[in-house]
Amino acid sequence: MVASTTKAARVGLVGSVSATFVALSGVGLSLDGRTVISPVLSLGYMALFAVPVMVGLIATKTVALEGIDAPARALGDVARGALAGAASGAGYALLVALLGAFDIRDPLVNWSPLLHHLLTFDLDFASAPAGPSAAAQVAGGVIWLFASAALGAGAAALRLLSPILRSAVTWAIFAVVAVALVEQLLNDVLESIWLEWLEGLLYASRGGLNWLAALAVAAVTGGTVWMLRRPRGSQRDHRWRKAISGTSEATSELRRLHPLATKSLIALGVVALVVVPPFFAGKFTNELLANVGIYVLLALGLNVVVGMAGLLDLGYVAFFAVGGYTTAILTSARSPGIAPELPWVAALGVVVIMAVIAGVFIGAPVMRMRGDYLAIVTLGFGEIIRLLALSDWLSGLTGGAQGITQIPSIDLGVVEVTGTDSRAIFLVVAAFCALVVYASWRLERSRIGRAWTAIREDETVAESMGIDTVAIKLLAFVVGAVFAAFAGAISTAKVGSIFPHSFEVLVSVIILVIVIVGGMGNIAGVIAGAALLIGVLGGPNQPGLLAEFAQYKLLLYGALLVWVMLRRPEGLIPTRKKSVTLSAHDVDQDAWLTAPAADAAADERVAT
Amino acid sequence: MTAADSPQVASTTNRSKRANEQLIDRVLWLLRIGFIVAIAVGLFAFAWQQIDPTNPLASAINDDARRITWGQFEGLLVSGLTQGAMYGLVALGYSMVYGVLGFINFAHGEVFMVGAMSGFIVSTKLDAAGVWEDAFLVALAATLLASVVTSALVAVLAERVAYRPLRNAPRIIPLITSIGVSFFLQNAVLVLLGATTKSYPPSPDWLSKKRSIGGIDIAGTNLVVLLTAASAMVLLWYLVNRTRTGRAMRAVAEDREIAALMGIDVNRTIRTTFAVGGAMAGVAALAWGLLFKTIIHTSGFLLGIKAFSAAVLGGIGNMGGAALGGLTLGGAESLAPLMVLEPLGVSGASQLKDAIAFAVLIFVLLVRPGGLLGERTAAQDRA
Repeated sequence: MVASTTKAARVGLVGSVSATFVALSGVGLSLDGRTVISPVLSLGYMALFAVPVMVGLIATKTVALEGIDAPARALGDVARGALAGAASGAGYALLVALLGAFDIRDPLVNWSPLLHHLLTFDLDFASAPAGPSAAAQVAGGVIWLFASAALGAGAAALRLLSPILRSAVTWAIFAVVAVALVEQLLNDVLESIWLEWLEGLLYASRGGLNWLAALAVAAVTGGTVWMLRRPRGSQRDHRWRKAISGTSEATSELRRLHPLATKSLIALGVVALVVVPPFFAGKFTNELLANVGIYVLLALGLNVVVGMAGLLDLGYVAFFAVGGYTTAILTSARSPGIAPELPWVAALGVVVIMAVIAGVFIGAPVMRMRGDYLAIVTLGFGEIIRLLALSDWLSGLTGGAQGITQIPSIDLGVVEVTGTDSRAIFLVVAAFCALVVYASWRLERSRIGRAWTAIREDETVAESMGIDTVAIKLLAFVVGAVFAAFAGAISTAKVGSIFPHSFEVLVSVIILVIVIVGGMGNIAGVIAGAALLIGVLGGPNQPGLLAEFAQYKLLLYGALLVWVMLRRPEGLIPTRKKSVTLSAHDVDQDAWLTAPAADAAADERVAT
Repeated sequence: MTAADSPQVASTTNRSKRANEQLIDRVLWLLRIGFIVAIAVGLFAFAWQQIDPTNPLASAINDDARRITWGQFEGLLVSGLTQGAMYGLVALGYSMVYGVLGFINFAHGEVFMVGAMSGFIVSTKLDAAGVWEDAFLVALAATLLASVVTSALVAVLAERVAYRPLRNAPRIIPLITSIGVSFFLQNAVLVLLGATTKSYPPSPDWLSKKRSIGGIDIAGTNLVVLLTAASAMVLLWYLVNRTRTGRAMRAVAEDREIAALMGIDVNRTIRTTFAVGGAMAGVAALAWGLLFKTIIHTSGFLLGIKAFSAAVLGGIGNMGGAALGGLTLGGAESLAPLMVLEPLGVSGASQLKDAIAFAVLIFVLLVRPGGLLGERTAAQDRA
């Protein structure tokens, strides 16, 4: 794909439609409250400006073809970026004009004078609540055209830079945005380690970075990246490199001589990293981490079913519900049917048994079904369980639509962990996560894990190799069910009540997105995916770091799933084997490139 | 690994493997028989209830056992079949895409929802302009056009953006992508049009009053829906069986590579398939608007699953099967709470209507996975 003006124009046209969609989705309005760089840039405007930037990047993207010199980049590219950016800006400008002319608030809820003022940069804010004047509209439109052209050109110019400079600039921008967005989290942490003065230095009083701090962060990050990646050659570099290589040599020596010591040091390091911060972080952070932890449990369970065994289970939330409802029924005083009021630990034993039964019950009928039918039938089972929990028929047991309330706190025998004590809850969650991670890790490296991999890759061949597919697949379901049931038990006790509407298909899909974005079958990837998605965007009922995104997070989840499937199906942190399977035909195409020696030897043999 | 073991160990492994397989087979048979027995007992109890509402079985398990009148039964049957026609229209889209590309297009339910939303916009605008009441048929035609065109456009767009790059990927990938597309479309509509329930304007009285045709009482709206669905299906049959485009569609569904070798533009044919499937969903959207009158951004999801169950019930890839499956599912959904669940003592059985569709799907896949009329998938997907 060579960048050309027609391509730039086409991308620009798509960009203008996207720009209209982004503007009408109300993202600009809802996120306007959050300042990124005070006082100039709000998150809303950043979202609106993101469209011309991305358009500029896409319009000037070229694919390096094997054996063909990449065309030299020149100012023509910048012009194309500007053209594409301007086209998307025209979308905004057109919207400004239309907002003044018509009123179609009836179907499109965000079609309002507020949006009009936002899109004309509040030039005429005095005329609020009516729309801005015609002059302001024209001015706004012109600003959009020029600003978008500039942004598109800037994005295209980014591609003109050398790779090192480009990564430095990109990281600098990313760092500024990241520091601005994690303001709440950072404040929380800084307060507990008695560094509050840093807050005042970085952030403005009304939120957002102040521009000096923004410049400082950008400079520091850009400088660091550049220093790390710059071409080596000077005297000073040699000394640096020697120092670094000396350290790495020492570490590898240590690892060779005392393998157990290094492993336990690493393990201790990880434990310290997980256990120590909650005592320093505030309630907000702990709550966030606890939510992430619960989704880590769920994702690890689905990872076993989908990632390791290759069974696409869309009704995974059913196991979560089984764990939650069993805990609720057994521990709550207000449980309608039976109310034994067991302590949480005792209920946990029953939860495990119920999870095993549920895993077998859902796994057995789908044993013979092929991939897509398996997905729909498990989805059906998930929905059936939710509908049964919601129904009047079983409301004698489950409480129906009213659910079960007054679920007591987690009674561990020696200590009681209430739902409001986020730190303790997080430690409980972390303990279970550790258990589940260890279990997954060991299972992955066992005979069972290899059997799962074999079934995932090709079930017929696995059968012929003598693997008992029935037992192994059931085991996958059961293990997944138990992990999800743990999450359900903890989550229910933490919240204190349970309602059927928190077990919709939505939750299953979100967990699936986490597993896929993180990397199917990869434990570290799944944890990273959960931290990234639930921590930043938020779960179905829990806000993440970016609380303003609440309305749009599901949209982003859907878009992210599509994007990951199209661009990088192996996920964030891929397992090597999986990437080979998924891009098999690419690997095959390049096979002849990487085996010239063997071919040459074969040719010689044929010739003689 | 088994080869390296001694023959004794190998045979032990084989035996336990076979034992497990037999166990699963027995469990599956148990489930099948359980289903059939439950349905049979329910029907039997229902029949007995009709004869004598105070019979011993009814008084034991069903508290509000009563006779139902023919009018009630007729009403349920008619509404069930009408809904079934709607399911059939959407099921056709699923069947066609599965036949041609071999994966379940989860986003098809959302395609329907988008069509219904655009129908809502057009119909309310026409109502505000007074055209809806005065020139109802014209307004109806305009609404139909709007929903058909929008659904078809969205379907084609989804195909171009999300499914075409994955044409040769292992089939689990377009499936997951379609889940993402479905999520995206649902929330895009939520974000653009808001979360409130949208209502179509009411149909004029002369349409919605009950008429008696051939001894059956049927409301005018139901009649319109049935007739529209029937004509759409006839048009589709004609398209698929009597035109060149249809022949190309059937060829691509049979074997994509050979069809390409025969000179068929595969990309264009697949695009047409999606467009036609989307158009059918657009017709179903109008049917929904007339029957249920309210639409919300989550309406497409459940309908999509039910329509897929209908497609599987009739035989996936088989268009006659999709239509038949739809009618059957609609009828079953309407009548089963009354005729099977309630006599068995399930209180509030009508709440479980949605669960019936899933239960039917599981039942079909257990008892007759090919569906009523047999499935027709591409050569590469069979065996």
